[in-house]
Amino acid sequence: MAGPETIFALSTVAGRAALAVLRLSGPDCDGVLAALGVKTLPTPRYAAVRALTDPDTKMLLDEALILRFVGPHSYTGEDMLELHLHGGLAVTHALLAALAALPICRAAEAGEFTRRAVANGKMDLTTAEAIADLIDAEGGAQQEQALRQMQGGLRDLFEGWRTQLKTMLAHLEADLEFADEDLPGGLGQNVLATLPQLQNAMQAHLDDRRGISLRDGLRVALLGPPNAGKSSILNMLAGREAAIVSARAGTTRDVIEVAMLLDGVPVTLVDTAGLRAAGDDIEREGVRRAMAQADSADINILVASPDTAATEEKIRADLRLWNKNDLAAPQGGFDLALSTRAAGAEKPLLAALSGLVAEKAGQSEAPILTRERHRTVLAEAIEHLRRAGLAGETGLELVAEDLRLAQRVLGRITGAVDVEQLLDIVFADFCIGK
Amino acid sequence: MPVTGYDKPMNESTTIHRTDWDVIVIGGGHAGCEAAAAAARVGAATLLVTHKAETIGEMSCNPAIGGVGKGHLVREIDALDGLMGRVADQGGIQFRLLNRRKGPAVHGPRTQADRKLYRLAMQAAIGETENLSVLAQPVDDILVKQGRACGVITADGTVLRAASVVLTTGTFLDGIVHIGTQRIPAGRHGEAPAITLSKRLYALAEETGALSLGRLKTGTPARLDGRTIDTDRLEAQPADDEPVPFSFLTDKISVPQTVCHITHTNQATFDIIQENILQSPVYSGQIVGVGPRYCPAIEDKVARFPERKSHQIFLEPEGLDDPTVYPNGISTSLPAALQERFIRTIVGLENVHIMRPGYAIEYDYVDPRALLPSLELKALPGLYLAGQINGTTGYEEAAGQGLVAGLNAARAAGGSDAVLFDRAEAYIGVMIDDLVTKGVSEPYRMFTARAEYRLSLRADNADQRLTEKGIAAGLVGSRRRQAFGDKMATLQAARAKAASWQMTPNEAARHGLHIRADGVRRSMSELLAYPSIEWDDLEAIWPEMNGWAHPIRAQIETDARYAGYLQRQQADIDAFRRDEALVLPRDIDYLALQGMATEVRQKLAAARPVTLGQAARLDGMTPAALTLLLHHARKADKAADTAAE
Repeated sequence: MAGPETIFALSTVAGRAALAVLRLSGPDCDGVLAALGVKTLPTPRYAAVRALTDPDTKMLLDEALILRFVGPHSYTGEDMLELHLHGGLAVTHALLAALAALPICRAAEAGEFTRRAVANGKMDLTTAEAIADLIDAEGGAQQEQALRQMQGGLRDLFEGWRTQLKTMLAHLEADLEFADEDLPGGLGQNVLATLPQLQNAMQAHLDDRRGISLRDGLRVALLGPPNAGKSSILNMLAGREAAIVSARAGTTRDVIEVAMLLDGVPVTLVDTAGLRAAGDDIEREGVRRAMAQADSADINILVASPDTAATEEKIRADLRLWNKNDLAAPQGGFDLALSTRAAGAEKPLLAALSGLVAEKAGQSEAPILTRERHRTVLAEAIEHLRRAGLAGETGLELVAEDLRLAQRVLGRITGAVDVEQLLDIVFADFCIGK
Repeated sequence: MPVTGYDKPMNESTTIHRTDWDVIVIGGGHAGCEAAAAAARVGAATLLVTHKAETIGEMSCNPAIGGVGKGHLVREIDALDGLMGRVADQGGIQFRLLNRRKGPAVHGPRTQADRKLYRLAMQAAIGETENLSVLAQPVDDILVKQGRACGVITADGTVLRAASVVLTTGTFLDGIVHIGTQRIPAGRHGEAPAITLSKRLYALAEETGALSLGRLKTGTPARLDGRTIDTDRLEAQPADDEPVPFSFLTDKISVPQTVCHITHTNQATFDIIQENILQSPVYSGQIVGVGPRYCPAIEDKVARFPERKSHQIFLEPEGLDDPTVYPNGISTSLPAALQERFIRTIVGLENVHIMRPGYAIEYDYVDPRALLPSLELKALPGLYLAGQINGTTGYEEAAGQGLVAGLNAARAAGGSDAVLFDRAEAYIGVMIDDLVTKGVSEPYRMFTARAEYRLSLRADNADQRLTEKGIAAGLVGSRRRQAFGDKMATLQAARAKAASWQMTPNEAARHGLHIRADGVRRSMSELLAYPSIEWDDLEAIWPEMNGWAHPIRAQIETDARYAGYLQRQQADIDAFRRDEALVLPRDIDYLALQGMATEVRQKLAAARPVTLGQAARLDGMTPAALTLLLHHARKADKAADTAAE
């Protein structure tokens, strides 16, 4: 029998912190490090800094502080890793996504780290008896929320999917189970025909980025021609804002990110390469990336100044900012003019930004996915639905298999559906029995 | 009187001289026969006691064996060298493989059975079993000494001792037959119920507080005289051209095959039933027992689906030389005169003669949560229960439990540990775990949807899943051992080839097979998994495949179809097995445990789960509670290790 799998979980609350700590436990910890591009394993129990890269794209994810434990000398008694990441949400998400994509590890279930600690005799009875709190504070559980704790719109959405999936599965089971009964024809085909619709509905919500913004912060991109003063503006906001939680620079993406809290909402400011008619390849790449940032940001601030040419790129701008107004007054079409050299210049900008943040955050009435856990679950469920669709009519038992897996995955949020509930639907919908 | 051969068990009698047995099995139905035969196969001196030897192997309800889920059970029983599959192959008169057009995981072997042929074949099989004797006597009581079951007392006062007793009462335990307002104490049409045994169990429940009994009901339709049915006007359903046998040991079905006819109820039928529904004991309040939703009476169909005026009826012949027809789909407990009235509204049945009215039967069952997974009663060690007494319905469900109960009764008698089947290896394991962990709210029937690992628990691979384990337990006779060994050797050779014959996408393209040009070598088995690639395409490349016998070819195809899915499932199964391996100490004081909610403690105290995995399947368990239980499982494990040293 195979040993336990390697599991991972975020041990700190996502966002709003200077550090994010990811924990891993299991036999493949070293394998995970290798997959993340770490060539020299850190000495056990000694902190070491290592560059972590995406296993697929080889892109730098973070320079992380790593603690490596070799079982049985660890919390769980297995090999363990602690990855101390910079608290930026982009970084945390990227790492969670990279780990989720690795076949040698998987996301931890509620209480799984503690469970392994108990299994390996790392915990006495007194400690074990006090574990309820521990488990609650542990990654996996921390993000796992019962359906009733979700906001109304989102709960309805998940309830709806759960019901739809349950009915599809029940009808498929009826078709598999009661081969010689006079069931309505085409049950299997109907389920197959409904599949894409459910899959698309789930995908649409997964693609809606606003949800993640609200919990994990809004992205604000500073865009504009070189020398318009984007970096000065960033520094101004960063340097004078007491709530700054982290800063990092020099990633391969040529963007600088600063995280801060604005009226209690986490905000990530992103500086971008200058937008201008591209000269060489490198500049072209910089412009392409800046445009990508503009696309994915929640709020775009377009910066211009008297000494730069106007931006020709077509960009959605939420705030048009005229910098260096000590040199020249703005021409028309700007929301705000300032000079980063003037004392107190950040105040009107912060006020304007607060307004925009409130506006974006105010859209939270729509049912949106706020938790990484929900996103992971949905993504997994969608993948099962996709595979279910592939099996087709000659493999209804295979369709059912993936629908059951989708149901089980969704059940981590909506609560499990057992076979009796399926049978209830079968016997309510069809007159079965000889 | 000397033994007369085929129509009587060879070693049956009404008196018996031996008074000490390893295992005594009470009841000669599907559970009792498998229990007795299994106990005898593993070497226990076994006595089957039943009120009437002629009804050993009787099919009390519909004359059919198998189906989706049920057919899986029959194959598993057969893989463990049980009787049901072999006997059904001798009694089957209309073999049909259900779900033939779907994948092999949901193929359901099934047959109509000639009631007499089946019964006689079962009696012959019992008669041929070594270590097994039959006594035709009603059992009045179970002998209990120092809190253990240690034998039985028959109606004539004979005391028979045994190390273990298996009780298979079917519908006989305080059975009451209902027809209209009539209430007739009976275990089956025209046979006396078991009343004193019911009293004994109720007394035990009272004394120990560790088991509870309840009432269930089931029903059966009127029996029709086939000679008065106008079959010319009805659709005929033939048997399969090539009958697929149940037993891995049966090469060919030699019983002549027959047809079933299909007809339907109509508006006139509906009206009669609806107008008179209060004369049905279920609707008049006379019956309190819960019936199975998948065997509803026609009254239930009318009440629950009033918009449906037409319901399908299968007219199933009860035997090749028997005119009796079982009209499957119109089970009823209406008064006899009304039965005749509504049946005669049905096309083809206008002039039918009713040989016997349908009825509902209520009987006692024991909440199966009172059982260990070995099917031993926790409150009375030495007593094993199997079949309808555990809240199940169906011949196959009964037989599967019988086999497990008989096997473990015999092992306990010989001082060995129980042999159990888990949810990842057998439907038998799924069923017993469901019963002892979740209990029942209606008579329990097997569905493939109940199995988490449905794609691995197939009818076609029951032998590969179980026969080896059966051999290790001493359940499997030499003939099957030999046949299984031969089959596995051939299969393994074919599988090795299917894995070792490989080609690159380029090579495949040269043979006209188009797969992704990624340079990865794929085996013949992997190629076969592509929906676009047929067996014949590959046979053109590797001609040796042409020589593979049909069962081998079918296995290789099934392997290929499911390989990806089964690989994904393996991590699940491993995790499941890890939890099943964590045995909880039997003496935990759950109510005194700290760190978990009172409700959870009470549930655990009532259920007393055997393993951590079983605890996890109880309703309302929390991760925190399970982690705490894990601590206890580890402690027990350590203690056992220390003791072993």
